[in-house]
Amino acid sequence: MPRTRTPAVDGWFTGEGDGFRLLGTRCAACASVFFPREDAHCRNPGCAGGGLEEVPLSRRGRIWSYTDSRYRPPSPYVSDPELPWEPYALIAVELESERIVVLGQAVPGITAADLAVGMEVEAVTGVLSEDAETTWTTWHWRPTGVTA
Amino acid sequence: MTADVAVLGVGMHPWGKWGRSFVEYGAAAARAALADAGLQWRDIGSIVGADTVRGGYPGYVAGATFAKALGWQGARVTSVYAACASGAQAVAAARAQILAGLADVVLVVGADAAPKGFFRPAGGDRPDDPDWLRFRLLGATNPTYFGLYARRRMALFGDTPEDFALVKVKNAALGALNANARYRKRVTAEEVAASQVVADPLRLLDICATSDGGAALVLSSVEFAHRHGVARPVRIRAVSTVTPRYPSTVPDLPDIATDSAAAVEPPSESFRASIARAAYEEAGIGPDELSLAEVYDLSTALELQWYEDLGLCAEGEAAKLLREGATALGGRIPVNASGGLASFGEAVPAQAIAQVCELTWQLRDAAGDRQVAHARVGITANQGLFGHGSSVIAVR
Repeated sequence: MPRTRTPAVDGWFTGEGDGFRLLGTRCAACASVFFPREDAHCRNPGCAGGGLEEVPLSRRGRIWSYTDSRYRPPSPYVSDPELPWEPYALIAVELESERIVVLGQAVPGITAADLAVGMEVEAVTGVLSEDAETTWTTWHWRPTGVTA
Repeated sequence: MTADVAVLGVGMHPWGKWGRSFVEYGAAAARAALADAGLQWRDIGSIVGADTVRGGYPGYVAGATFAKALGWQGARVTSVYAACASGAQAVAAARAQILAGLADVVLVVGADAAPKGFFRPAGGDRPDDPDWLRFRLLGATNPTYFGLYARRRMALFGDTPEDFALVKVKNAALGALNANARYRKRVTAEEVAASQVVADPLRLLDICATSDGGAALVLSSVEFAHRHGVARPVRIRAVSTVTPRYPSTVPDLPDIATDSAAAVEPPSESFRASIARAAYEEAGIGPDELSLAEVYDLSTALELQWYEDLGLCAEGEAAKLLREGATALGGRIPVNASGGLASFGEAVPAQAIAQVCELTWQLRDAAGDRQVAHARVGITANQGLFGHGSSVIAVR
């Protein structure tokens, strides 16, 4: 039986393929953007607080910095202890119009050696983990020069 | 300007992996601090404990636990939690009680027995907990954040892994002189370069370990110190416990993203720089007047960041300051004369208190082989998970 694709976290991203976007919220009063989404109250201390509306974030941004995880992270990160640990790159990406830096894993196959500060990347759908019934989806950052 | 409080006594339980309870380390440090102050536990009107950390959050209650271990004597009790900054908050709470006249003499204690391996979040399913989410969604351990900061410095300022290694070499040489340090062996740049990469570009020897340890202070009013026969005590002149200002534009543990600066221009200085500035302003002291600094070198690269945030040099100049030897013992402004976290490993609630212990020994001219000549003014700096600033300025 095929696994169900389910976001690993609710309401942080939407869509597949070219339609994939991170989702934040924006204050109707001061236009501050929040990711992860803020649904209760605007956190700008100079704002009386307006309605918070869901907004898709820019799909592309530039690398603020990057690193990798050479050792298996502890739970609740899910990995198969039976398999050798495969390091992944972790990227902090600055979105120009939102003026926000968002962390995310790089797409599989991209290593820290492939990256540079200032490089353009885009948010794409990715798989965080799989269990018997579910493929848990997440966002990954992919250098825009890479199509795989 | 805020009035001074006196540091009457300091004490530590050596750092290590001793495999015993944090209560034992804290009580040992407390007894050492009381003996150093020439006071009995029953002379203490108030005890402030820095809580242990478990899964990013408060673990074991500290204040009452230490009071019980030392023997109930009725003292006023306080427990605080601010992750890595807990010790500074304990000092701040004690100082506030002294300056408010609620207590003449206060015992401050922090100790922990760190769990093995990476710090990890609390168990269970906690999608409303940012600390749980960063592990669940990104596997983002603390060292990955240190790696991001280090790589950013390399890109912006041209710092190199060799510069980072030099921090470890410096701190290990100082730790070798400190009987309370866990690691007492000198380390070479080659040994750093040969250690495993943990979070690119940082290697195992660039990143601080987690340790067991305990530290304690006996603080009092300056009047009490004088009555007690201490004519020239070390004095705490400032305690900074500030939070960031919106929008905070550097990814900070445990966050997955920064604030957005789309609607509000970011402050002109970073959070870490604001921690030091608040301390300088309260003390009426500037970076040029410092004799030494104890900073939170969670990684070697982060120590360099602190040089700039403390105003020891201009932005981007930290590696140059290090290479010139200015921050080594005998340099213009020795940093981490204790050996730093590189030599201690982090015993979270004890660490900011241990920083004040080191300032006190240095300002008393009692630091032995690692003594900073003519030490008159010292600063500590540290930052706790979730947005906790921590800086103490002490003078003599």
